Amino acid sequence: MLNLNVLEDSKMAKRESSFTNMVVTLVLVTGIAAAALGFVYDFTKGPIEVAKLKAQTEAIKTVLPEFDELGESMVLSPGEGQDSLEFFPAYKNGELVGTAIKTYTKSGFSGFISIMAGIDKDGNFSGYSVLEHAETPGLGSKMDVWFSNPEKPNQYVIGKNPETTKFSVSKDGGDIDAITASTISSRAFLDALNRAYSTYKDNKTTGDSGQ
Amino acid sequence: MNYLVIVIGAILVNNIVLMQFLGICPFLGVSKKVSTGIGMTGAVAFVMILATIVTYLIQNYVLEKFGLGFLQTIAFILVIASLVQMVEIILKKVSPPLYQALGIFLPLITTNCAILGVAILTVQNEFNLLEGVIFSTSHAIGFGLALIIFAGIREHLDLQDVPKGLKGTPIALITAGILAMAFMGFSGLV
Amino acid sequence: MNQWKNFSKGFLKENPVFVLLLGMCPTLGVTSSAINGLGMGLATTFVLLMSNIVVSLVKSAIPEKVRIPAFIVIIATFVTIVQLTMQAFVPALYKSLGLFIPLIVVNCIVLGRAEAFASKNNVGSSAIDGLGIGLGFTFALVLLGGIREILGSGKIFNITIYPENYVTLVFVLAPGAFIVLGYLIALINRMKKN
Repeated sequence: MLNLNVLEDSKMAKRESSFTNMVVTLVLVTGIAAAALGFVYDFTKGPIEVAKLKAQTEAIKTVLPEFDELGESMVLSPGEGQDSLEFFPAYKNGELVGTAIKTYTKSGFSGFISIMAGIDKDGNFSGYSVLEHAETPGLGSKMDVWFSNPEKPNQYVIGKNPETTKFSVSKDGGDIDAITASTISSRAFLDALNRAYSTYKDNKTTGDSGQ
Repeated sequence: MNYLVIVIGAILVNNIVLMQFLGICPFLGVSKKVSTGIGMTGAVAFVMILATIVTYLIQNYVLEKFGLGFLQTIAFILVIASLVQMVEIILKKVSPPLYQALGIFLPLITTNCAILGVAILTVQNEFNLLEGVIFSTSHAIGFGLALIIFAGIREHLDLQDVPKGLKGTPIALITAGILAMAFMGFSGLV
Repeated sequence: MNQWKNFSKGFLKENPVFVLLLGMCPTLGVTSSAINGLGMGLATTFVLLMSNIVVSLVKSAIPEKVRIPAFIVIIATFVTIVQLTMQAFVPALYKSLGLFIPLIVVNCIVLGRAEAFASKNNVGSSAIDGLGIGLGFTFALVLLGGIREILGSGKIFNITIYPENYVTLVFVLAPGAFIVLGYLIALINRMKKN
């Protein structure tokens, strides 16, 4: 059996706790630590950016029809005093196939929810991906699959838009069935989609009016 | 952002101990008696609010200004550790009675993750200074609320006939679980 | 003490979670699934191992009175390294562990081992101690996360075991963490007696 404890007894005397010694030690330790971290930070900075971008691109890919090029993103405000949304137009062979919109709501059961929603060129929702939420696991958290289940037309939001379909839960007189036992999360989800759509609409009309 | 939302959110809905699992060590460690629970709450509140203010200033006026965001953890923990030391020294000189009440809890606070946790959360939520102070104060109250209720229950628990295997920590944890269930009733309030 | 004992003590005899009751915050906070428990456990193990090695290397150069602050800086450095590395290479896991990664720095286990073991022992033993305690911690987290995941979402390591209609949701929520850990500790106390 290896015994590494032989060195144990040759313990060096501890450095004295004089003021200079203490200050020098702490400055040295902190300095080395900061330098080491600076090095690691530099090394990981690139990969962190790449990872963030990849997550975003992946979300955009799942919510939009096939595309081969992403246009420059735009930041647009949904209205006075509200945080703005990010728009990512996507093109295929130079033609616009849809726009991914990073939207949000603050009225989730546990507050903030961030969603990537896709709107195709006809103005219908083509998909969505929940980026960030703190809803109850097993209840509100089901929103990532609930509203995209093609077997349940009453809760399916894909291919619809708030103009032809009432985007509120059936309990409030809308056309979308809420997640069982999670009406608040469902309302919040639809709130985020409505915010994306109305901002999309507003900017589309102002954009078109020039032609 | 609405201040009331921050307050209720921090005290009840996202209670720091029962819902976010921060500060569990003192929650389990010093909750045998209500009186020590109150002392601990005082010390935590004091340091938590101070730490939030100082770390807020450091984050916004030093780290971010010079692009040193990656030094956040190290800077914050150093601030908290030195703050605890300073508070201890100042209290000893200025207010011996207060020092006597809080003194023994202070050394335990450096490694209380609730303090560092709230400091980081304040930065993450992009609060301004006033919101940060309200946020940390509410979290301190939430910590106190959970700790004192729990200490009260444990005082009674001592008199009960608990099955042998569950005595001590297990029954305390299960009690905390039931308390957490009660606090879940608050979710959806804000 | 032989090195095997030094290594294996972390699993049961001195298990940081079940026996020493240290590091409770991440234990309860991240164990809603086995994979989260594993990620957190391994991150903590890395920090424990590295900080134990460095502390035992520099122990004689550090004056007694500033020991603790110096240890904290060393630990915080490794925590930040873990934080940056996870952000770069396992962003999804990093996101689900969230706040608890920077909070490794205040995990009593890490400072506790630096102070109680690494500052008194040589590099080899300290490394083995850090690894053993870290893996013991990981073991506890995976066990707790696994039980909660099976009961609360009917899965283990994301593989469905039984349909979701039969799960008891409360086990993946906050109260479930306390309750499962409570019964686990009771069980281990009982096993130790026999």
